Amino acid sequence: MLKDILKILENDARVTSRQISTMTGKPVAEVNRTIKQAEKDRVILKYKTVVNWDKLEEEYVWALIEVKVKPEPEKGFDTVAGRIAQYEQVRDLYLASGTYDLLLVVTGKTERKIADFVSQNLAHLEGVQATETHFVLKRYKADGEILDNGEGVKRQRVVL
Amino acid sequence: MSPKKSENPDFLRSAVADRANRLSPSGIRKFFDLLASMEDVISLGVGEPDYATPWHISEAAVRSLEKGYTMYTSNSGTPELREETARYLHDRHAVDYDPYGELLITVGVSEAMDLVMRAVINPGDEVIMPEPYYVAYPSCVLLAGGKPVLVPTRQEDGFEIAAADIEKRITPRTKAIFIGYPSNPTGAVMPKDKLAAVAAVAEKHNLLVISDEIYERLVYGGAVHTCFSSLPGMKERTVLLGGFSKAYAMTGWRVGYAAGPREIIAAMTKIHQYTIMSAPTMAQVAAVEALRNGEDDVAEMVADYNRRRLFIVEGLCEIGFPCHDPKGAFYAFPNITAAGLDSETFSEMLLREEKVAVVPGSAFGKTGEGYVRCCYATSLAEIEEALNRMKRFFQRHRRK
Repeated sequence: MLKDILKILENDARVTSRQISTMTGKPVAEVNRTIKQAEKDRVILKYKTVVNWDKLEEEYVWALIEVKVKPEPEKGFDTVAGRIAQYEQVRDLYLASGTYDLLLVVTGKTERKIADFVSQNLAHLEGVQATETHFVLKRYKADGEILDNGEGVKRQRVVL
Repeated sequence: MSPKKSENPDFLRSAVADRANRLSPSGIRKFFDLLASMEDVISLGVGEPDYATPWHISEAAVRSLEKGYTMYTSNSGTPELREETARYLHDRHAVDYDPYGELLITVGVSEAMDLVMRAVINPGDEVIMPEPYYVAYPSCVLLAGGKPVLVPTRQEDGFEIAAADIEKRITPRTKAIFIGYPSNPTGAVMPKDKLAAVAAVAEKHNLLVISDEIYERLVYGGAVHTCFSSLPGMKERTVLLGGFSKAYAMTGWRVGYAAGPREIIAAMTKIHQYTIMSAPTMAQVAAVEALRNGEDDVAEMVADYNRRRLFIVEGLCEIGFPCHDPKGAFYAFPNITAAGLDSETFSEMLLREEKVAVVPGSAFGKTGEGYVRCCYATSLAEIEEALNRMKRFFQRHRRK
């Protein structure tokens, strides 16, 4: 039941409880209860919209930042990751295998803002040993959606 | 652009063979022309998935083109695809076909249907089929020189065909029973016991059965599709038609198959060899990938169709268009008689006034009158908007 609802909402968060009720065959009250509980349990974190800002020619800069961290005894990377996560510029934060430890997805109004974040905030954090910033030149796909899908496919209007 | 007038119309009219002239032109041509001329239409009139083919399937074909697999294949289809199809039919339906002799890869089920009719029908042979029917069924029989014999099926029976109704229509000229479940246009699925009754009739009267199972994977709400040739004793008298278009969203690839008794498949292969050569090579490669690695895609699409199915069926019933529960394919087949219009007028007015396209039930035979076919393989948002518009339309026109 919960999984069915999550599948529907993950694809379109604007579907109403009543519609979900029809699609799952469960009463509206039960759908509402399940969603409320999922929100409480933080299974559902937030309802957001996938926006292609490029269409508005907004100056929006994205960067991927690799961070090398000296792990703390017992806590490993969690303390420094917890601090980095607090910055609102950081959209995503992962601990990854490979030559660096943390991978950040950062957005800012200008490249300068991101440069400032790296030099003034990130580099000074205790445990951060090195950073490498990759500015994003073009976004092709976000949250599973291909951003510029060209003309789109045209279907026939009637097929018997 | 106005069509150019022919300079010698009489000569050209007489140039068209009787065989082609006998085919009834689609009775709803006028409706199609209107539809083509309009903008911003929400169409529930399509008969194909709204998904693109899963990328790994398309990619297999792209890779094969890069490697230069661009030649004809064996007339019967690639050994890989025949073997995978045989494995699939064994695993899914527990029916065993020899990939070398009992399977033929075709250009979609459409070609397979034409081949089987031409392979088994002698002039005047009768083929019994349910009505409402998929539009090509009677035409294929006619083209082969046969005579379609229609068995009306009804909403109150879930549009399932009754063995007794078939038996009543059997004559010394009856050659075959032609069924297509899950059904386009009704969405009906035949329960196993009713199919077994059809099987008993086929056996008793020594008839062939042609079973078009292109929608076999699209069944919902606990319904189970039974493969006709898996019924006891039926494999030897059944030609099973199947394909990849609906389950794997591969309509444009044009690849399907026929599985049946060696003698009939050999006859079909002869015709296929002279008219088609072989099904498209890249499409056969894609179909192999679909059979090997496409199960997750099918499961996901079926779950998604089901959500939309429940949504549209409830919506149509609420408006006042009662709808049997369509357990298969991706069509709802609501009864629209409460609007007081015949199905073609209903469809045309709905299109003009609310820009929603549905297919008049009359396109699928006389018993389709009073119904329209609504395909729910379109986005939920569009279905919702289409239902709103149909509701508005109904409130304006309902019989006072």
